[in-house]
Amino acid sequence: MRIEISAKRLQSDFVKKVEEISGQTLPSCYQCGKCSAGCPMSFAMDLLPNQIIHLVRLGLEEDIAKSKTIWLCASCLTCSVRCPRGVDLSRIMEALRLITLRKNIDYVEPSRIAAEIIAELPQIALVSSFRKLTA
Amino acid sequence: MDLSYYPGCTLKTKSKNLEDSAIASMTALGINLVELPRWNCCGTVYSLADDDLVHHLAPLRNLIRVKEEGNGRVLTLCSFCYNTLKRANLLIKNDQEKRNTINSFMEEEADYEGEVEVVHLLQILRDEIGWEGVSEKVVVPLQGLKVAPYYGCTLLRPQEVAIDQVERPTIMQQLLQSLGAEVVDFPFATECCGSFQIVGNPEFVLDCAWNILSSALRWGAEALVVSCPLCDFNLGQRQREISNRYSEFREMPILYFTQLLALSLGLGAEVCRFDLNYVDPRPLLESKGLIR
Ligand code: SF4
Ligand code: SF4
Ligand code: SF4
Ligand code: SF4
Repeated sequence: MRIEISAKRLQSDFVKKVEEISGQTLPSCYQCGKCSAGCPMSFAMDLLPNQIIHLVRLGLEEDIAKSKTIWLCASCLTCSVRCPRGVDLSRIMEALRLITLRKNIDYVEPSRIAAEIIAELPQIALVSSFRKLTA
Repeated sequence: MDLSYYPGCTLKTKSKNLEDSAIASMTALGINLVELPRWNCCGTVYSLADDDLVHHLAPLRNLIRVKEEGNGRVLTLCSFCYNTLKRANLLIKNDQEKRNTINSFMEEEADYEGEVEVVHLLQILRDEIGWEGVSEKVVVPLQGLKVAPYYGCTLLRPQEVAIDQVERPTIMQQLLQSLGAEVVDFPFATECCGSFQIVGNPEFVLDCAWNILSSALRWGAEALVVSCPLCDFNLGQRQREISNRYSEFREMPILYFTQLLALSLGLGAEVCRFDLNYVDPRPLLESKGLIR
């Protein structure tokens, strides 16, 4: 993948916003990949969790938007407890989701879930899914 | 002893088997779980955003109800409720600025500073009753039953709310051993089951469940033991589908630790509500002579 790095992107509002919402210092990450190695959803992701953090700090917002990764994160916090640099990647994932959700764009559309499925699912699944993946 | 108890919504609907078996077991062990007269859903997930305070209000309101009752701690059974209540409490206790903002926003409530302690049932069993205290009360030892404890995420992560060692927990193993069961250790005990992704991406959660269950089977487990209603659903409810996809798969019951506790305390099968388990555990328990 060819990546264009520019001062404008590195200092973009996007990078600042992610740092602000997540409370994480992006340069702390040294790209060891431990987060991706232990991620239970990585098998389904098109970009690995460590790639996401790298793209964020390069300001490559569009590449992240094209990927499904942030929507597949289950907030299991495995990456957070294992990062040798103390980066809480689950909060970076949350910040990235919120940047989209706060534009009133849902990832899960409650009205499109079949009534039988809703009846079957426990409350805990519905409440947590809507909390995480709808605006 | 009375202990203030927060059930959460899933225990009042789909997971009556968890609630009924827990309440009966605790009564038998001398602890009365007193449900809060007023409570609301905690919102299930703890907000991970620095600028999102409003989602902490739901868990905090419950803790304010506990304080109003004059109680210093509250017990949870659902792993998710435990995590969310515990983390919201730590936030308001340790972050003065956010505490002030939240308190002034909830002006109809008395100020709250994190005085209530949030505990999970497993902690009470370990720290207050003790494994010896539990095993003394066992009348039906779970002899010959091979069970694998499955912790999932929310009892162990993040570190500051972990009820045991984050990577190598033993709390459920110790409980199950006190009940006389044969405990199977397997490498996926703390791997996430896919959680809320069951709603939007059920096919991926099926793969997570397959990884966890097939590992437990390989290591010799006859049943998996959980504490979380979402783990129970994700690992139990779609085993038929897993069998269709992977012919080598054998269905395996998922049990709440409280069901095995109640059974071994001699409280009988009725209180365990095995009819609500997604894979019926009764044939297995009958084959071991644990129920009739
Ligand atoms: S584990 Fe931490 S330091 Fe390593 S790549 Fe992931 S976020 Fe970066
Ligand atoms: S929190 Fe998300 S990114 Fe981190 S390990 Fe879990 S699923 Fe993967
Ligand atoms: S975490 Fe679950 S069971 Fe707990 S209150 Fe919330 S939705 Fe309900
Ligand atoms: S439901 Fe999944 S996310 Fe919850 S505790 Fe269980 S393993 Fe973790």
